[in-house]
Amino acid sequence: MTGTVTHHRPWPRRMADAPGWERAAARLAAGEGTLLALWGEPDCAHMAILDEGAASPGIEVLSLACPDGRFPSVGRVHAPAIRLERAMRDLFGLEPVGLPDARPWPDHGRWGVAAPLSASPRPAPDEAPAYPFLPVEGEDLHEVPVGPVHAGIIEPGHFRFTCDGETVVRLEERLGYVHKGIEGLMRGAELDRAARLAARTSGDSTVAYGIAFARAAEAALGIEPPPRAVWLRALMAELERLANHLGDVGAICNDASFALMHAHCGILRERVLRAAMTCFGHRLMMDRVVPGGVACNLDAAGIAALRALVAEIGARFPRLADLYDRTASLLDRTVATGIVRPDLARRFGAGGHVGRASGRAFDSRRALGGYPPYDALRFEVPVLEEGDVNARVWIRIREIGQSLALVAQILDRLPDGPVRVPVAPARGEVREGMALAEAFRGEVFAWLRLDAGGRVARCHLRDPSWFQWPLLEAAIEDNIIADFPLCNKSFNCSYSGHDL
Amino acid sequence: MPMRKTFLEGLLHRPVTDPPPALDDPELAELGRKLDAAARRRLGRGLAIREVDAGSCNGCELEIHALNNAFHDLERFGLRFVASPRHADVLLVTGPVTKNMREALERTWRATPDPKWVVAAGDCAINGGPFAGSYACVGGVAAVVPVDLHIRGCPPTPTQLLKGLLTLIEAP
Repeated sequence: MTGTVTHHRPWPRRMADAPGWERAAARLAAGEGTLLALWGEPDCAHMAILDEGAASPGIEVLSLACPDGRFPSVGRVHAPAIRLERAMRDLFGLEPVGLPDARPWPDHGRWGVAAPLSASPRPAPDEAPAYPFLPVEGEDLHEVPVGPVHAGIIEPGHFRFTCDGETVVRLEERLGYVHKGIEGLMRGAELDRAARLAARTSGDSTVAYGIAFARAAEAALGIEPPPRAVWLRALMAELERLANHLGDVGAICNDASFALMHAHCGILRERVLRAAMTCFGHRLMMDRVVPGGVACNLDAAGIAALRALVAEIGARFPRLADLYDRTASLLDRTVATGIVRPDLARRFGAGGHVGRASGRAFDSRRALGGYPPYDALRFEVPVLEEGDVNARVWIRIREIGQSLALVAQILDRLPDGPVRVPVAPARGEVREGMALAEAFRGEVFAWLRLDAGGRVARCHLRDPSWFQWPLLEAAIEDNIIADFPLCNKSFNCSYSGHDL
Repeated sequence: MPMRKTFLEGLLHRPVTDPPPALDDPELAELGRKLDAAARRRLGRGLAIREVDAGSCNGCELEIHALNNAFHDLERFGLRFVASPRHADVLLVTGPVTKNMREALERTWRATPDPKWVVAAGDCAINGGPFAGSYACVGGVAAVVPVDLHIRGCPPTPTQLLKGLLTLIEAP
């Protein structure tokens, strides 16, 4: 069966047959288009492909019915799909035929159930089989296992380093420790409950997830949020970006034992969070973006507070950036450390500062015409080619400047009017929608199907980290193990967003 | 040059940091005084905290981090974060306890020497919060290790966290 599915917005979704699916995989392998997402359902596999170079740039969504629970592996020819397919197998029991990696991914053998999201989940013993890391051979090599509980206040994950002296010859990640079953909890949920779950997929990107989910729901239901709500969303998204970049620039320097930057960046980050609290009633602005608009507003005092915030950061941060740039002992650690080659960033479709520090200019606020209100705002998307820790720091430094300018523009031009419209479910009709929203670490992809009762039938959320975590393994190769914290923090991938 | 400027500004002008909360945040100042007395009595001014993320969305971690910034300056209260459970008096646990983190949490608890306290921070850590009922979550820290104190919030603010730690110290 092939053909276009009705009520899938804004990009069309097509049913493919197995050869059509394999042709799409071959195109990805040949570098034509970028894999945006790959996700499952009990009897179906879906893939979204970003095609920026085509005559009519857009996103193509392909679906393959899998009545026998099998589909041709994309990962067989296109490595960025491998972990996604391992997750599809663990969660839905779908078998990616030809997938070169037979190991589980989010399933650590602890759930008491196998294929929990399939049509017929099977009871499974809680016995946590040993996870076979890739074999390592060599006389002088030693292994360093780290995690899941790390030394700092960070999320859990396991890193298996193989070292030759101090030099890392291979890093293998094992993730899934914070798998919460969010997509399972979404099934059958009312829209507002699902939105709260989406907002807790990765707390540092709660605004971006809120926007991605709300826009997918609005696309599915054909709802236009009011202009003021759209602008307030962008305002909150830029504040979130500022807070994260400020925190991370300081934290990266701290990982090179340069605590001064950390202290000063921490002050500016805290100022952003306090302003968010003043203006929107929550330091991280959680649950402020809702389908249909926003659940907050901004008064004159809030506008004044944000103008003061922009003025303070604008006055203080350039000197901190200058301090970074003139501290030789710091640059000694960040320059030429943890390099991600541009071809790898392109192949994996890495977004955010990871992609942009390695020559990939993609930013979903801009790409394919962007989404409102960014299509009406002036901003630059900084891009560098070096791909090292220093380049990722500089992308963040420059994005801080861009976000400050965006906040100022939004405050100048914030439209009046209502901030929320009622969200009426399309009773009696199945509706599907998808959206991208640019979080500080890259684009969040949301895909949503609402059932005839207006509840969530299936929601897939793909964190930007999916296509960045594998690059961290490549970045650390041939670096000393002491530089891993620097590399890791310069990426700052989300464990929770990835594990879901 | 920027380094010297930054240091000089700190010495010659008002500090870049806000005044300590004692001056402009009476609630925090009050907390600080009480904690100082109680902590001294119980622990000789020191309370070592080991944070364990047992499945949080990372929102709690952001706010726990903020305890260390110049505004909240946790260490002036004698509280500090340590890198190993073997150095800890308190385990500060976040998240709904995913089944994939259950064993790591149990092992971290066992590695912490007595006497020890467990603080479950955030709504998820109390009963699973929005993730309660998932096939992948245990649903609350108390289902895995004994909990001495819950701190509510999604996520709890740094002030709420500090308040909670104080309550722990003052418990009979």
